[in-house]
Amino acid sequence: MIRDITIGQYYAVDSPIHKLDPRTKLAGTMIYIISLFLTKGIIGYCIGAFFLLFIIRMSKVPLKYIVRGLKAIVILLLISVSFNIFLTPGEEIFQIWKLKATKEGLIIAVYMAVRLIFLIMGSSVMTLTTTPNDLTDGLEKSLGFLKKIKVPVHEIAMMMSIALRFIPILIEETDKIMKAQMARGADFETGGIIKKAKSMIPLLVPLFVSAFRRATDLAMAMEARCYRGGEGRTKMKPLKYKQRDYVAYTTLFVYFIIMIGVKYIK
Amino acid sequence: MSIKLEHINYIYGEGSASPIHATNDVSLEIKDGEFIGLMGHTGSGKSTLIQHLNGLIRPTSGNIYYNGKNTSDEDFSMKELRSKVGLVFQYPEHQLFEVTVFDDVCFGPKNLGLEKKEIEERAKHALQLVGLDESYYERSPFELSGGQKRRVAIAGVLAMDPEILILDEPTAGLDPKGRDEILDAIKLLHKEKNITIILVSHSMEDIAKYAQRIIVMDKGKVKFDGTPKEVFRHYKELEQIGLAAPQVTYIVHQLKEKGWNISTDITTVEEAKREILTIWKNRKNS
Repeated sequence: MIRDITIGQYYAVDSPIHKLDPRTKLAGTMIYIISLFLTKGIIGYCIGAFFLLFIIRMSKVPLKYIVRGLKAIVILLLISVSFNIFLTPGEEIFQIWKLKATKEGLIIAVYMAVRLIFLIMGSSVMTLTTTPNDLTDGLEKSLGFLKKIKVPVHEIAMMMSIALRFIPILIEETDKIMKAQMARGADFETGGIIKKAKSMIPLLVPLFVSAFRRATDLAMAMEARCYRGGEGRTKMKPLKYKQRDYVAYTTLFVYFIIMIGVKYIK
Repeated sequence: MSIKLEHINYIYGEGSASPIHATNDVSLEIKDGEFIGLMGHTGSGKSTLIQHLNGLIRPTSGNIYYNGKNTSDEDFSMKELRSKVGLVFQYPEHQLFEVTVFDDVCFGPKNLGLEKKEIEERAKHALQLVGLDESYYERSPFELSGGQKRRVAIAGVLAMDPEILILDEPTAGLDPKGRDEILDAIKLLHKEKNITIILVSHSMEDIAKYAQRIIVMDKGKVKFDGTPKEVFRHYKELEQIGLAAPQVTYIVHQLKEKGWNISTDITTVEEAKREILTIWKNRKNS
């Protein structure tokens, strides 16, 4: 159920992609997404797909696992595809009621879908191969320049990593409370919308209480270890680019040039 | 009211990077009116096992029979099963949500679709069983002490009027007084209403004192199943899997080594006291 969502979950294996600096992966994901929106046409998407499959292969995450993550966007995908097919003016293919499906719409819809799917898969590769802590470390360092204009980068990164850390804890907690209430005869599945919403109260109240309790405990534990913000704070494992990161950047650069090239060849 | 488990397997995260085999080919029969102590170190599959007993999780493979009926049959009523098998989770006070103590205890019977009068009677009875009087009824469950909260939560399950009551470490984090109160209340329930009790605990003393039968889990399997005397005889093997025997059992074993003519089957302080006093008397007389 909730556990099926694979976006944002870390898949623990050892691979060259896992070992990359989180900044490299962040930049890589950004470049990949930009390249998807720059290109149009079958060749460009083929190269994009090839590159993605290559990265997935190297990351040792099973393709099945990443595809499963797409479940979460199926509805979004269906909506945007049908909007594009039926609402783009152009040559008519078929008609349902007052809605005309057009050839141009179909093409745009397919491009849309491909882009969206690659985008989600590409970013899942990043989250699947990077622990949340590394990810926020990378973000903090990459966005460090914002400190100059008084953006509390460290604090935001810390909040983000705590939030990410709490997701599995709260999911587990939800599961536990749900079971405890089910053991008392609560029914979360049947009934109309109003009944279902009402049946959430025995779940949500204890969940909020426990979230606050956990937050207080964590704040206390952090203060007990003298945490007082990012000022002068050093890292146990400072981020440092290694040779493989330069290799990765070069590969990305070549890929990006090819993608731009493909666009102009035609 | 018996529960029979046949070759129960349960696997967490099947198909993921690291699936966990939580119960491994477990077969058990739980009879009417038994008081069972369930032991095992953290991660031995106890919690998974007890969730099978009231249908909160379905086994990956294997069958569970409840009064001879298979729980995986299409027409089997899980709701009925859950009303007959009460499950008190670890830290049950975390499930409290209502505005008043009384309303919270009413939640269970209300879900059973009973009449208002019956619901209130059951709630009152349950609160009385755990030793909370009328002055608590209108208070918020969130302003009570830890031990009191826990008793409210246990009352919430008792109000379902279960025939089998499973408690997952009901005394964790309580002071000795709170612990004794809860365990004595459970014992009373077992004695007076003949409810089947399954008590999960890490305290060998508690289990030795209250349980008639002990089941020891290790790595998802049933390692020992027998009376306290039978099980604690294997105290060396228990230590190997991260458990132990009650302290008095160690004392009598040491006394035996010192040449005392004492039975090593002793598991409670009461028994030890009696046995030692008899031996003293015999010595004096001779």
